[in-house]
Amino acid sequence: MLILTFDNTFEGFLSVVFTCYAEKLIPHDILPTNHFQEKLFAEVRHIDTNIVHTERVWAGLQKKLNRRAKEMPYRIFLSEMPEAYIRLYKYIRRVFDTNAYVDSDWGDPHVMELRKLDREVTREAMRMLQFIRFEKTKDNIYFAPIEPRHNVIPLIINHFKSRFSDQQWLIYDLKRDYGIFFDLKKVEEITLNNKQFDEIRGRLNTNVVMENESTYQRLWKNYFQSINIKERCNKKLQRQHMPQRFWKFLPEK
Amino acid sequence: MNDKLAQKLKILADAAKYDVSCSSSGSKRKNSGGLGNGVAAGICHSFTEDGRCVSLLKILMTNHCIYDCAYCVNRQSNDRPRAAFTVDELVELTIGFYRRNYIEGLFLSSGVRKNPDFTMEQLMLVAKKLRTEQRYNGYIHLKAIPGASPELIRMAGLYADRLSVNIEIPTNNQLQRLAPEKNHQSVMLPMNQINKGIIQNKEERKKFRRTPLFTPAGQSTQLIVGASPESDQQILHLASGLYQAQHLKRVYYSGYLPVNDYDQRLPALPEPPLVREHRLYQSDWLMRFYGYQAGEIVTQSHPNLDLEIDPKLSYALRNMHIFPIDINKADYEMILRIPGVGVQSAQRIVAARRHRRLNSHHLKKLGVVMKRARYFITCNELPAYLRDISSETLRRHLILESKSKYRKSADTQLSLFSQNFAVSVQH
Ligand code: SF4
Repeated sequence: MLILTFDNTFEGFLSVVFTCYAEKLIPHDILPTNHFQEKLFAEVRHIDTNIVHTERVWAGLQKKLNRRAKEMPYRIFLSEMPEAYIRLYKYIRRVFDTNAYVDSDWGDPHVMELRKLDREVTREAMRMLQFIRFEKTKDNIYFAPIEPRHNVIPLIINHFKSRFSDQQWLIYDLKRDYGIFFDLKKVEEITLNNKQFDEIRGRLNTNVVMENESTYQRLWKNYFQSINIKERCNKKLQRQHMPQRFWKFLPEK
Repeated sequence: MNDKLAQKLKILADAAKYDVSCSSSGSKRKNSGGLGNGVAAGICHSFTEDGRCVSLLKILMTNHCIYDCAYCVNRQSNDRPRAAFTVDELVELTIGFYRRNYIEGLFLSSGVRKNPDFTMEQLMLVAKKLRTEQRYNGYIHLKAIPGASPELIRMAGLYADRLSVNIEIPTNNQLQRLAPEKNHQSVMLPMNQINKGIIQNKEERKKFRRTPLFTPAGQSTQLIVGASPESDQQILHLASGLYQAQHLKRVYYSGYLPVNDYDQRLPALPEPPLVREHRLYQSDWLMRFYGYQAGEIVTQSHPNLDLEIDPKLSYALRNMHIFPIDINKADYEMILRIPGVGVQSAQRIVAARRHRRLNSHHLKKLGVVMKRARYFITCNELPAYLRDISSETLRRHLILESKSKYRKSADTQLSLFSQNFAVSVQH
């Protein structure tokens, strides 16, 4: 039983794929080192990231996927589901080993499974665009805490960069303890050592938050309550569109 | 200061909440170094307890009004709290909300204060300041106020993504009876102007790419259903004319909610006509995506929509002579007319039958609702069910068969369309 591990990056994962081809390995599972727990009886081997390998696999993949499915392997990777890596590996092998386009083979249960996961990751990213809420700090940085199910930060950068291009902002993943910071020119990945917010709800500490911030939050809440039509109450529908796990970040709730 | 603003926000959001449209879609406005952009599909940023999408800051500039339209909560003779925003307050509010990712943009309407020109200018100024001073590229939907000067409306169109002029009452006579200060001509005037402006702008942008946009997300209107006695035939012919002649993006139908039940000119309805409103939306859908003419959906002998069955089925039952339709041979347009076949399944049928002759098994896989469709088709092995059933028997049969489902779907549709539930401000 062979288990291959890699350094948690997509590049590392693709290097694993390359090595499997080169050395004709048949892995039982593939896992990032941070998900990996020692198993008895398993043979474990760590594969180092090799950018040349990574790029060869990625370029090869791009040629063999339909236009709309080109980014799918990356999104599957971002799902961070423990079983996603080996599934993705098997899928990539099929893509390379067959001549037809595999990604539109809806009849195949494995392809269906991956497509489902792909849709889930995409939806989670969409929910970030919907439900992220910024608070303004005294240094004019708009700060938003998030806690997405999947690691979707890479998928939302472009949206926030083009939308909020004249304000500094920081979107921080509380669970994964990293974020992206836009300084009016470029977006950078950062990890904060000294956290100026409460780590459960992500609310900024009072000494760093801008004075009029609470006014906007109150106005927004006030607006939100006045547009509700009481006679038409349908909280189930509300929860369906806006799952409860997002509520702690919403000033209107 | 803040408390005063909060108070205004409360009054003016409450007065705007019944307006139907909330869509922020249709804008692809790019951000060029400023704040915000359009996302073609629109984004919902929150959901209220009634389950409705919150995408725009939907609000009135003021609920003061010099007019006295019978169907409107803001009519002059109603005794309610009144308020008005200043241009700067609204600009600040919009930008403050937008920067925090609360909203996709602004939907600004207004009661008529002083006169139409004054009112229109206020709305236009909010949009202008947002675009020029704040370099804001998010979504803006403005109401065009009938009676305002063409120049003000033109300027509004330069800054807004969408403009709408609400017709409200489907016939001129009834409109004048309920809103003596208004008439259809005054509504059609700005609508015509906006339509021409959009067409002209498209032409110019083909030639000169730098021509500024004019109302790029198009215009829409709203009709109130049930406040006046017009038939569905009158309503749908009006809508169809608006789509064809004015190229409207959407016509919204709003079941009348008795807000001013003391007014004798208005009918006493036991409840808002929600099912009727829903049937109108279905008919509207048939006109826009299924190639139906208004005159096929409602006729001289059937001027009103059947509330028990949907308009497509109703058409089929009135036109039994064109059925059964041969799935393997008929044109796409005819396939679309089969009850139980939607646009997607019709397209799939036409594509799939190139590979093989289709039978009922295939049809199910392609998404056809066979329970319904089977009475209206022939395919490889299916006998035509139709021949010996009269359309009245079939109608009753289909209603019975779908009773439980109809109930359920009617309920969810009611909630789906709850945003069309009532009307408060309209022009
Ligand atoms: S419909 Fe418009 S014009 Fe008529 S009373 Fe209401 S706000 Fe005034």
